[in-house]
Amino acid sequence: MAKYLLLKHYRGAPAAVNDVPMAQWTPEEISAHVQYMQDFADRLEGTGEFVESQALAPEGTWVRYDGEGHPPVTDGPFAETKDVIAGWMVIDVDTHERAVELAGELSAAPGAGGKPIHEWLELRPFLTGAHTITE
Amino acid sequence: MSDALVRSLTPSVLGILVRRGADFAAAEDAVQDALIEAVRVWPAELPRDPKGWLVTVAWRRFLDATRADTARRRREDRVDEEPGPGPAPTVDDTLQLYFLCAHPSLTPSSAVALTLRAVGGLTTRQIAQAYLVPEATMAQRISRAKRTVSGVRFDKAGDVATVLRVFYLVFNEGYSGDVDLAAEAIRLTRQLAAVIDHPEVAGLLALMLLHHARRAARTAPDGSLVPLAEQDRGRWDTESIAEGVEILQAALARDRLGEYQAQAAVAALHADAPIAAETDWVQIVEWYDELARLTDSPVVRLNRAVAVGEADGPRAGLAALAALDDALPRHTAVAAYLHERDGDLATAARLYAEAAQKAPNLAERDHLTRQAARLNTRQRR
Repeated sequence: MAKYLLLKHYRGAPAAVNDVPMAQWTPEEISAHVQYMQDFADRLEGTGEFVESQALAPEGTWVRYDGEGHPPVTDGPFAETKDVIAGWMVIDVDTHERAVELAGELSAAPGAGGKPIHEWLELRPFLTGAHTITE
Repeated sequence: MSDALVRSLTPSVLGILVRRGADFAAAEDAVQDALIEAVRVWPAELPRDPKGWLVTVAWRRFLDATRADTARRRREDRVDEEPGPGPAPTVDDTLQLYFLCAHPSLTPSSAVALTLRAVGGLTTRQIAQAYLVPEATMAQRISRAKRTVSGVRFDKAGDVATVLRVFYLVFNEGYSGDVDLAAEAIRLTRQLAAVIDHPEVAGLLALMLLHHARRAARTAPDGSLVPLAEQDRGRWDTESIAEGVEILQAALARDRLGEYQAQAAVAALHADAPIAAETDWVQIVEWYDELARLTDSPVVRLNRAVAVGEADGPRAGLAALAALDDALPRHTAVAAYLHERDGDLATAARLYAEAAQKAPNLAERDHLTRQAARLNTRQRR
């Protein structure tokens, strides 16, 4: 049992095979894509492997501490920022192979022309809790 | 009556329902309903015969659910309205439940979930919280597991090793949230030991008790890991150790060694040392040799290298380590430790930092990072 994050990028991932921006899809293609994602999540709930799924707005703000008595400094968005996270799904599966298999399926979500996007997803294992028996 | 005591009746009540002819999945739901009812009603008035009460309520729930089902599907069911007392449930009925919930056709996570619910009597919500997944996901995992085992014949003897593996997984998960999985695993293993006489069941129970005894000493107040050698042994639970050692000795005396007994023997040798320096590492190496013969596990060979390092010096440990695949988890961490013992602090610091990058969990990563930082700070001075 291990949790994995499937990370989806707006920007920063290697180019997808079917790399057409969403704004250029037909409304039906967008609906089909959204439906695929929903069905995928529902199916994983059915197999007892779904943990959560979230989407992020593309634009955010950079914030940092600016010393005692000062409000935090905000800045950005930075145009040069390479990596922009679009969203994620967290799964809880028995093996790494299963995580790869599911990431592959998610990457097959349909895009322009109703064809799979073949988008690159980043698969990251969660750090687990410490196990009791280690010796 | 405590919650744990209520739940200890779960497997035998479920066994009775199945023996009366209820199918496993429906009976399990009914028992779960009855447990929830018991938790609600019993504090006000404890029934004279708690088990009988649970059987009656669970059976009524089962009939109601079956009737509703029947009405919906408009077909006859063969369930008797008022069964007689039926054949008396036997110890074997209860035992079959353990086998069923750990059936080899289930994935480890499904077996764990089903065992915690059908044998442990935990609610789906509690299991979901313990494993940090949504309740809906856990509910599906459990109902799929039930479907998977629905065709398994209930009268066929299973392999106790599969059950023990599931308990081991539960114990090793530790504790997060409301449910103390380590304590739950001990409870379940104790319960199993009461219905089956098997040296490996005893071995696993001893192993759990010996490790559980160190729990208070294992983490610092800030939550960081305290390695065995640095633990305050005065905080070890001597009662738990004494019980674990006694159970282990009785099991070993039967001369049917298995991996859990051997692991427990290692833990017992640690428990036996009043201070870390007095640990009998030579005997521990011998037990790891036994374990390597029994399991062929890479973790065992890695731990053996650590033990060799303690028994025969760090050079010997490094030589033992060199024979192992360096892609093994924790290989780098062990190498770091042995190099430090050997006085090569620069290499040790580098390897600790590298090991931290590969650590599978947060506590271990933080611990290894601290080790690297400690050595780096010392070298700068």
